[in-house]
Amino acid sequence: MNIVVCVKQVPDSWAEKKLNPSDSTLDRDSVDAVMNELDEYAVEEALVLQEAHGGEVTILTMGPEKAGETIRKALSMGADKGVHVVDAGLHGSDAVATSAVLAKALGTLEWDLVIFGIESTDARMSVVPAMVAERLGSPQLSFATKVDVADSTVTIQRQTEYGFDTVEAKTPAVVSVVEKINEPRYPSFKGIMAAKKKPVTTLTLADLGLGADEVGLAGSWSAVDEFAARPPRQAGSVVKDEGDGGVKIAEYLAGQKFI
Amino acid sequence: MTTTWTDPFATEERRALRALTREFVERDVRPHLDQWERDGELPRTLHAQAAAAGLLGVGFPEEVGGSGGDFLDSVVVTEELLQAGGSGGVLAGLFTHGIALPHIVAAGDPDQAERFVRPVLEGRAIAALAVTEPDGGSDVASLRTRAVRAGDDFVVDGTKTYITSGARADWVTVAVRTGGPGFGGLSLLVVPTDTPGFTVVRRLEKMGWHCSDTAELAFTGCRVPAANLVGPLDGGFVQLAQQFVVERLSIAVQAYATAQRCLDLALEWARVRETFGRPLATRQVIRHQLVEMHRLVDVSRTYTRQAALRHAAGEEVVAEAALAKNTAVAAAEQVVYQAVQLFGGQGYLRDAEVERHYRDVRILAIGGGATEIMTELAARRLGL
Repeated sequence: MNIVVCVKQVPDSWAEKKLNPSDSTLDRDSVDAVMNELDEYAVEEALVLQEAHGGEVTILTMGPEKAGETIRKALSMGADKGVHVVDAGLHGSDAVATSAVLAKALGTLEWDLVIFGIESTDARMSVVPAMVAERLGSPQLSFATKVDVADSTVTIQRQTEYGFDTVEAKTPAVVSVVEKINEPRYPSFKGIMAAKKKPVTTLTLADLGLGADEVGLAGSWSAVDEFAARPPRQAGSVVKDEGDGGVKIAEYLAGQKFI
Repeated sequence: MTTTWTDPFATEERRALRALTREFVERDVRPHLDQWERDGELPRTLHAQAAAAGLLGVGFPEEVGGSGGDFLDSVVVTEELLQAGGSGGVLAGLFTHGIALPHIVAAGDPDQAERFVRPVLEGRAIAALAVTEPDGGSDVASLRTRAVRAGDDFVVDGTKTYITSGARADWVTVAVRTGGPGFGGLSLLVVPTDTPGFTVVRRLEKMGWHCSDTAELAFTGCRVPAANLVGPLDGGFVQLAQQFVVERLSIAVQAYATAQRCLDLALEWARVRETFGRPLATRQVIRHQLVEMHRLVDVSRTYTRQAALRHAAGEEVVAEAALAKNTAVAAAEQVVYQAVQLFGGQGYLRDAEVERHYRDVRILAIGGGATEIMTELAARRLGL
């Protein structure tokens, strides 16, 4: 069974992020870049499935040159090869444009499963897996807390407010996983050394037959009109409970339109 | 003419190794470190976790269960383990095999490698090194623990002290006297700790390194198979001496990396801590203090790394290693002092990270060859 895991390089989840004033895109130079933490669960799940069912695990990413580090990390965890879509024209792509690129790139690969982390920690949209599945015409099994594959059927569990939904589909299918699904392994030191020798293919927009107007800032359906820095934190107000604490809390919450 | 400088400590692989070490510290060390400091030892599960990341085996060949890589890779792990918020105690307790195993690996006996090296690098067992005795210190040549040949066995009698991981170890590489007095009569022998006659006399409570257990060990008629002799009979001193350079350089790395961590913490604190209406970092006296700390760290790091590079390339750096240790340790002592000073009352509290480093650093001028011994050694090497 061949699996493709889509991963994204993001600014360190805990760092303060900034936008470039010139084009309102993320300032990637101001913070350390890491693999989107939620994608590590996707890589781990692919490796677990590979251990049980064989086949190859391919890592797919799109992003600047530096995003290749994220492919290397997944290869050091044990994945077999990488595909990196890198093109200046990608800059500023939103979720819709991203899904177009990923779907095209997936079209160049052979796979039974595509696995995504449920969202990226920078954009937080959680829609790319669904968009990619739609473009590919593949069934999508989202928010998986458990994935099982038997023959050509993939079954997932999705946690709901009431219990678990069990959802199944025929492969090829697109799966997105949540962080409860597993504990990602470390990219071991041996894995780091081995990753150097694993193949990474780069693809451009031309290779994928995509025009500059279909991706990047020009091809995105959403645009950032303006943004402002978060205002500095104000000192909080302290309410002393003089027998009317409950009333004061209620008044505060009502004032904030919480109740 | 322009030349491009490639930092050998920041190659793509070493940056990935650094990131891996940081991830390990953040995920498996920092959340538990305060508890381990109180427990007085590291849990065995930590060894398994470090092995899973391949960190225990860095610098050890794959044939004996290691991860490959060389001494410079070990330097990267040591630096980042501290700079990501680990501690000298974690380094001492988790990487005790860094001093316990190299002689066994170098001796090249495949049976010993399978029995004593592989299980440790795989995180399934703990190894320790026992050299120092209660009435000796850096004077290795006058050791008194004896191993007497009896048929296919050696019988070991004696006492060892200040043994790192001695209370948890599954086996101990012990320096024993098999021959006459002086340098020439010493051998290395692996003693499993379930051998009858082996006892942990007591755990030693220390100023720092609280999460690293340290013990006094007694050997009373311990019968050990002669197959556990490491390397040639009466060749122990040379075997020990061959590891001295690496041990001293490693302590130097530990010293400047601890100092770097304290500088990072002090810098962050100086930027957020306001006194008399302004952040500490805006005061000239504090800014200059921070620059001085940076100078000490950077000079120590540069000198030590240079010696490490030359050692890795096969050059003899006995004097440089000794001086790197003294330089980096002295720098670390000043930097941890200033870090605690900058943190003020906060820095004097137990569980303040700088307070722990302040205590942890003190051993570095004593262990692995005391500062005075290093200076005398350098004097001799320099022909003074």
